[in-house]
Amino acid sequence: MSLSGFLFAALVRSTPLILLGLAVALAFRANLLNIGAEGQLLAGASAAVAVGLACSSWPGAALVPAELIAGAVAGAAWAGIAAVLKQRFGVLEVISTLMLNFVAQNLVSYLVRGPMQEPTHVYPQTVALTNAARLPVLVPGQRLHLGFVLAVVLAVALWWMLRSTATGFRVRAVGDGAAAAASAGRVRVSRVVFGVFLASGALAGLGGGVEASGVTYALYEGISPGYGYTAIAVALLARLNPLLVILTGIFFGALEAGAAAMQRDAGVPAVLVTVIEAIVILGVLAAGHARTIAAARTQPSAFAPTTEHA
Amino acid sequence: MDLGAGTDGTVSAIAPPSAASSSLSLRGIRKRFGSAKALDGADLQVRAGTLHTLLGENGAGKTTLMRLAFGMLRPDAGTIALDGIDRRWRSSADAVAAGVGMVHQHFLLVPAMTVAENVALGDRGFFRGFEPRGAAERVRRIGEQTGLALDPAARAGDLPVGAQQRLEIVKALARDVRLLILDEPTAVLSPRESQELYAWLRAFVRRGRTVVLITHKVREALAVADDMTVLRQGRTVLSAQVSGLSEDTVVRALLGEPAGEDAAEPRPANTTGGPVLFLERGTVIDARGVTRLREASLEVRAGEIVGIAGVEGAGQHELLRVLAGRLVPSAGTVRLPKRIGFVPEDRLRDALILEMTLVENLALKEAASARGVMRWREYSTRTSVTMRDHDVRGSGVMSLASALSGGNQQKFVLARELEGTPEALVAENPTRGLDIRATAQVLSRLRAACRSGVALVVYSSDLDEVLSIADRMLVCFEGRLIPVARDAEAVARAMVGLS
Repeated sequence: MSLSGFLFAALVRSTPLILLGLAVALAFRANLLNIGAEGQLLAGASAAVAVGLACSSWPGAALVPAELIAGAVAGAAWAGIAAVLKQRFGVLEVISTLMLNFVAQNLVSYLVRGPMQEPTHVYPQTVALTNAARLPVLVPGQRLHLGFVLAVVLAVALWWMLRSTATGFRVRAVGDGAAAAASAGRVRVSRVVFGVFLASGALAGLGGGVEASGVTYALYEGISPGYGYTAIAVALLARLNPLLVILTGIFFGALEAGAAAMQRDAGVPAVLVTVIEAIVILGVLAAGHARTIAAARTQPSAFAPTTEHA
Repeated sequence: MDLGAGTDGTVSAIAPPSAASSSLSLRGIRKRFGSAKALDGADLQVRAGTLHTLLGENGAGKTTLMRLAFGMLRPDAGTIALDGIDRRWRSSADAVAAGVGMVHQHFLLVPAMTVAENVALGDRGFFRGFEPRGAAERVRRIGEQTGLALDPAARAGDLPVGAQQRLEIVKALARDVRLLILDEPTAVLSPRESQELYAWLRAFVRRGRTVVLITHKVREALAVADDMTVLRQGRTVLSAQVSGLSEDTVVRALLGEPAGEDAAEPRPANTTGGPVLFLERGTVIDARGVTRLREASLEVRAGEIVGIAGVEGAGQHELLRVLAGRLVPSAGTVRLPKRIGFVPEDRLRDALILEMTLVENLALKEAASARGVMRWREYSTRTSVTMRDHDVRGSGVMSLASALSGGNQQKFVLARELEGTPEALVAENPTRGLDIRATAQVLSRLRAACRSGVALVVYSSDLDEVLSIADRMLVCFEGRLIPVARDAEAVARAMVGLS
């Protein structure tokens, strides 16, 4: 593979990772442990493909946005299930979002073998999207599509939103100190959490829509090689900063894009990339822990004793 | 006696206790944390067989000095001697082995373990030594010998606070401690429990043991101790036997200057107009179905301070939150103004976001109403003005709230809530954990707010404090709100249900 070919492949691969990384980062910033980006991506991809096939007569300028919106709405709705479970019944989102990933996986299996299967009923997949239903390619002859630009723009927008807007401030306040946000800020914490849940799901669903309309052009079972889980690593490595998510997304995208070539050309097993990813995460966690310890050592906590009592 | 000689207020008129019979001797101790000097040449001479109190304002270095003596920290300079031998503790285990015990302000207990297991936990050895059964026997024996009775099989987490503290002492005694250090032990105790603890400590000292007691309560220190050392800004400024000391002398040593005396300032009753805060037959039922507040009615006018008293859990917690608009009552009528300041008791949890900057923490009060783009520059200016006006000391508006000392955090919260002159302010234990000077500042701020027409509701678990500031008093008892005379005895009786 040529170097430019590899770079383009890396960027293609990084597009869903950035969008899903943003979804995870946003949720984690609000102290909401949404680990269901995978399921939300699948919901988004399914909805986008369904719209793309159903409205195939529309012109591309209307059809592609409709697919992406359908993907975002479906992702938000999928996350909304977990949001309602949390707020009405107190179900921990870690569990509900994880479980919904499996539900989504099986739902896709059902769709591509049932209602959405291609007409010959041989392959477990849908028919391919028409050209009008596909995201435009950025560079002729390469697969890099407009979705990458969209991901970068959204990352900058999310960064600005969290930093500069009242809504972003409320999200951070709820994440960093929900009790103080409620008491001192009179913020309605459950509303903020609900909103973040939906927005996070929408970003992940959009990631699914972008992947389907920009890369796979169809829905099938293996449409995501675990993007939703890698996205957690992407977000953590970026320390939940949306701007850094662009970089970490590209980093992980490059690792995964190179994995197959590495196996093919050098005989190094592709799973080694997974090992590297895991080592990076452990390194980040250990570094964070070391920072905490260092901060505790230098902080004059004994010098300025707090006076809170058990 | 003339104590005003030195410009830095150092008191040397009284001969320090002789070092010859010294049990613990700390000389020229220096310790810094980052750029902050915690100790700057502190000395402490503790005579064997005495009860020694270590006084100082918040941040004077009391706790740091004792952590050094206990081997938890190492000094940058200075010597530590115990029983006349120079010591270099590698860790607190060395200090424990030498017979030093320390009861920390925040208890170090494993809540899920029993009393006996908590005692056994400190034993040395990996397998050898952890003998809860032997420990149970020891707990019983110590109980018999010293009167600190505890049930060895009780779970530590289930014990009331006073008993948890007894357990901490028993843990130390189980290691055969000869020098016992207690860090603000009475902060968590009721007045009666404090008296019991002091009586026990006196008896402990009579048996030839030595006690160092960290406190910032001057009156208690004078009543209970043999010797006293006062730290100010990391230095020893007074070291003497208490028999020759007056309260005034100690307070002057503590503060370095006479305490501000605006407490007695008379205030004209300028209550005008209708009620600012209005609550009628307010009832609060919590999530478990327990009625916390029963048909409480209250009106507060502009320019008056209503004092609230009550024993723990009598309904004042809910009442204050209803009045501050932070809790919607299950039944009853409330009419509140738009802008109400609220100073909650747990400021670290409910008032500040520690990982956010001070600017963001100021903006927090408008978090719910803010729209569009945050005007951070404007908030930054407001923060620096507020901090200057209220004498909040920190390293700039962009520092994190966690970087402020406890006293400054409390001042910042009050400053924020008073910023922009709210129509009403509800304050819950506003001086909790503050030293004398900071307490006086907070009280004078509240009085000033009242003069400028704010309607105030103040709850304090310190009865004298709330009486000193309130125009009228109400007592919470079993969820009911009872008006009482502004009189210590009447309030104290109402708090326990007597009329």
